[in-house]
Amino acid sequence: MGQITLQGVQKSFGPVHIIKGADLDIADGSFVVFVGPSGCGKTTLLRLIAGLEDVTGGAILIDGRNVVDVPPAKRGLSMVFQSYALYPHMSVRGNIAFGLKMAGLPKDEINRKVEGAAATLNLTPYLDRKPRELSGGQRQRVAIGRAIVREPKAFLFDEPLSNLDAALRVQMRLEVTRLQKQLGTTAIYVTHDQVEAMTMADKIVVLNAGKIEQYGSPLELYEKPANLFVAGFIGSPKMNFVTGEPAKQHGATTIGVRPEHFKVERDGQGWQGTVAVAEHLGSDTFLYVDAGSLGTLTARYVGELDLHPGDRVSLTPEPSRIYRFDDSGQSIHA
Amino acid sequence: MARKVTTQNKVISTVAAWLVGFLIFFPILWMVLASFKTELEAFAIPPSFLFFHWTTENYATVQERSDYLHHALNSIIIAGGSTLIAMLIAIPAAWSMAFSPTKRTKDILLWMLSTKMMPPVGVLVPIYLIFRNFGLLDTRTGLVFILCLGNLPIVVWMLFTYFKEIPKDILEAARMDGATIGRELVYVLTPMAIPGLASTLLLNLILAWNEAFWTLNLSTLEAAPLTVFIASYSSPEGLFWAKLSAASTLAIAPILVLGWFSQRQLVRGLTFGAVK
Repeated sequence: MGQITLQGVQKSFGPVHIIKGADLDIADGSFVVFVGPSGCGKTTLLRLIAGLEDVTGGAILIDGRNVVDVPPAKRGLSMVFQSYALYPHMSVRGNIAFGLKMAGLPKDEINRKVEGAAATLNLTPYLDRKPRELSGGQRQRVAIGRAIVREPKAFLFDEPLSNLDAALRVQMRLEVTRLQKQLGTTAIYVTHDQVEAMTMADKIVVLNAGKIEQYGSPLELYEKPANLFVAGFIGSPKMNFVTGEPAKQHGATTIGVRPEHFKVERDGQGWQGTVAVAEHLGSDTFLYVDAGSLGTLTARYVGELDLHPGDRVSLTPEPSRIYRFDDSGQSIHA
Repeated sequence: MARKVTTQNKVISTVAAWLVGFLIFFPILWMVLASFKTELEAFAIPPSFLFFHWTTENYATVQERSDYLHHALNSIIIAGGSTLIAMLIAIPAAWSMAFSPTKRTKDILLWMLSTKMMPPVGVLVPIYLIFRNFGLLDTRTGLVFILCLGNLPIVVWMLFTYFKEIPKDILEAARMDGATIGRELVYVLTPMAIPGLASTLLLNLILAWNEAFWTLNLSTLEAAPLTVFIASYSSPEGLFWAKLSAASTLAIAPILVLGWFSQRQLVRGLTFGAVK
């Protein structure tokens, strides 16, 4: 079991309020991603759950029990650090076994479990190596092995893939997701990469300046962002925001259109502009369009479009895909 | 652009490096050679480099005139004792400053280092009087005490920089893995700190072994270590180059051997953290 509930959790460092009251319900077995710009408090929130930081106020419940006064070792959680934080003087076997040794398990049981975890993560040939003799991806796997072998109530991941190169990151992303589904253990995963968040999460928590802006499934966040911040943060390239006359026509202060929701034409009745930069990826064409008073708009065209800097272009937003926001930046739902 | 290394450059820099190395080593070599000369040859101008009458009589005379083993034992007790006590005090001090620093930690460290900026001779008279009044003059206890205090700032400072290099993440990982503070210390922190502890210990041992100001001023015979033993050969009776060299060679031999075997550890220790 690994159900985690936050009730009005606050954290201040001196006069600085890092977390300004977080309420959250994480269901057993779900994969929840904390995402937000750097400095938004996502790592702090994870460390509060882990017990590596003390809360200033509020309650953290693990399976219904308030753990704010319980030391990290007794919370039954395990953590994968951004820096891997492997014990450099121990072999891979020693690293994975350390938690079990601390729990006082008998030797043969430790061996059995370590070998099981190593087999799951393809680490068997490396069990007797030291961390410095491993590649980045292998070290990452050892860190994960150390976390899974203890069969914790939940895994906490603190930007675990950010030190890997792009190709390996995609591969490890899949492995982590598959492993979590296979084990059925609750996972909380911190990242600043919204692609990671969208691809891995059952549910995403979007954090900004110490506040939870929205909590929902990836598609909910994409289709029904609660406010301007979430709308701008989720989706790549970023949503275009337009204020003024076009927004008023839709009864809003600001309207948002995602780059993929424009109809791109050479001559059309939409918003007129000039191509400033065109990125041709083959599968997609990204256009950065100078649209006069509307500002610079980003548009995505699926497939190749033969447009170049200086060409005229017309962008027509799909009417059903226009997001509307009020004065305070909150979404207006029809 | 990468610099090109030509064979010619390599040869020049290799020769230059050996030359500098030889220049630095030369005084020690000269001292060892002089210790095997007669007093007359030791003074001869032009000096003979290798072709002189080799003799070991200086060593015999030195051993006859003063008790080498007595002084060597004193050196071991004073250097070893002061180093051990300094480590025992410095480890917990550096530990707490590295892992739970306060606003004033940096100030305390700077203050400790600042005590090393004062020339020791400035406090010679008060220290001498304190030693006299407490009956510490010419005692090993007194010398252990003063050398320990003298080196403590450097030991704390060195250990602090070591402990600082240990990533906090690893300690937190141990905590997440269920280690209590005691086990965290034994299984994770200490093994990671061993290189640092070892090189601090070695450096402090060498510093204490070679310390000449306090040992010369506060001891005469009973507690006198090897530094005093050497100094007694540049005495009012006149200079005895060959005997002085023999005494010096005997005095530096143990620490030279120790330094030779631990040089890798020492270099690693002193450059630790300089390059990630």
